[in-house]
Amino acid sequence: MARYTPPTQGKLGQIIDVIVLLIMAIGALYIPLWMGLAGSAVTSAAVENPTWESLGQNETMVAQWEKLGFADAASAAEMITARFDYSFSIGALLAMIVVIVGYYAILLRFSEKEYRDVIAEKFED
Amino acid sequence: MAQTDTTEHVGLARVLGPAHVWALGVGIVLVGEYMGWNFAVGKGGAYAALMACWFAGILYTCVAMIDSEVTSTVAAAGGQYTQAKHIVGPLMAFNVGLYLVFAYTMLEAANAITVGFLVDTVATMSGHEGGLDQRPFIILSIMFLAWLNYRGVLATLTFNLVITAIAFTAIIILFLSTSGILGMGEMNHAALMSGQAAMPYGWLGVLAAMHFGLWYYLGIEGTTQAAEEVRSPARALPFGTLAGVMTLAIAATLTWYVCAGLMPWEYLGQSGVPLFDAARLSGSTFLMVLLGIGTLFATLASANGCINDASRAWFAMGRDKYLPGWFGAVHPKYRTPYRAIIFLVPIALIFALGAPLDQVITFSILSGLLEYTFMPLNIILFRRKWPLDTIKRGYEHPFHPLPAMVLLGLCGLAFFAVFLGYGTQLVAMIVFYIVVSLWFHFWRYRFVNRGAQFTMPWPKPRGY
Repeated sequence: MARYTPPTQGKLGQIIDVIVLLIMAIGALYIPLWMGLAGSAVTSAAVENPTWESLGQNETMVAQWEKLGFADAASAAEMITARFDYSFSIGALLAMIVVIVGYYAILLRFSEKEYRDVIAEKFED
Repeated sequence: MAQTDTTEHVGLARVLGPAHVWALGVGIVLVGEYMGWNFAVGKGGAYAALMACWFAGILYTCVAMIDSEVTSTVAAAGGQYTQAKHIVGPLMAFNVGLYLVFAYTMLEAANAITVGFLVDTVATMSGHEGGLDQRPFIILSIMFLAWLNYRGVLATLTFNLVITAIAFTAIIILFLSTSGILGMGEMNHAALMSGQAAMPYGWLGVLAAMHFGLWYYLGIEGTTQAAEEVRSPARALPFGTLAGVMTLAIAATLTWYVCAGLMPWEYLGQSGVPLFDAARLSGSTFLMVLLGIGTLFATLASANGCINDASRAWFAMGRDKYLPGWFGAVHPKYRTPYRAIIFLVPIALIFALGAPLDQVITFSILSGLLEYTFMPLNIILFRRKWPLDTIKRGYEHPFHPLPAMVLLGLCGLAFFAVFLGYGTQLVAMIVFYIVVSLWFHFWRYRFVNRGAQFTMPWPKPRGY
């Protein structure tokens, strides 16, 4: 097998490559944030004139809330009633599975192709 | 950039021992006990968080066993990146390198956010009104630690050893003081976890809690990044890593016990600094100051280790031309990957200053999770290509392939846990890795030497 000689990358090319990588990374992480899609659907139930009892807090819990600086039930109500929404569709779950499995399949397939070249060149003698 | 050729021949300094490896691993992770793990309580309740803690402990025991075997053989900077390059292939290696960089850089950003939050909390408790601007403290902590890393690895990790030991001791003292072993016990587990507070989301909550359960241990695998800088990799890396996992399992359980016995789950699940809050609830000024210092030290130790690890991974990819070769330079005097260290500073700042804590943590966890999913594939291929009688290992992990199978199964559960609530980030992140993989395969890889990147003195793998 002929030994592969990589081209020399110029200064500008190196800078462009880093910028491309950064744009992709920051985009992947920030776009969901900017679009308001990030994070779980945490919702707090609106409770009118809440009391510790109506919020399901026993005496010990109330004592600890007060020590933490929550003087009354109203100040802690939003925190106490916050709940995650774990409802999901089977379609979304299947889509996630396909994306993850597909990703690793691409990785293994392309890696194997590249790896065979590496081994062939390394051990050609 | 021409300077690359003159500096990259200087090697990293071999100056570290097993204690430094322990400090690197535990130092990165211990902050997980001081903040972040408690979001698992928010996702499933206190019992769910404890179960997640132990399941995650099993996951990380598998990670440590697998990693110790491969690393005791592949003793080179870059850790899992270098492993992937020699065992699976270049594209996998590129992805693993990015997992490492993003997991650690996001963790570093999360630490800096916590430093700012802690300073603000202490200022408010001291009577300051209106809140502090946290940004100067975030910037200062990242810049200081980057400077420390720039100046040398021995000083960096010795600093980590000291502050990690203090932060770990603070957890032990808090446990002894509040559990009734020393003085009056203040635990109220039965009352705080009664009724609907026991399992607020049922068993689905236990699954969901696995998401942040990883945070108890995330980063322990970073010990392998020091492979090129330890004096005896075959001995120090397995010892330091496995001792680290045991340390963290103990610290995680103690942390859960103290916090779940002092705080209502609804508060604990949303707290920014849960151990510090636990100390506040004890009513002891000494404990409050101690845990405040512990939180600060744990975050600094973690950020410090993260800079160390992320820069090694970035450096290793630069050295192999997976990234521009300019990053593959070693400082001629301090013998650190200084360009990689400096380059990653603004990236950490972008996220520390612009994203909420739970999102940053989720980004870090997702990168870690993708990396753990790679590990079973890695060890299976390693044993297949180089069976035990072909390469001498410093450590051989037992019961193969059981740990790999368990790890793969637990990773599947953790993906589902992230999907419950943070599915958008999960898909966005994987789409990013798919796009960047295509970019690497069809563009970037042309600049990489083929055979020269295989640097281990191993025989030809079986099947090739």
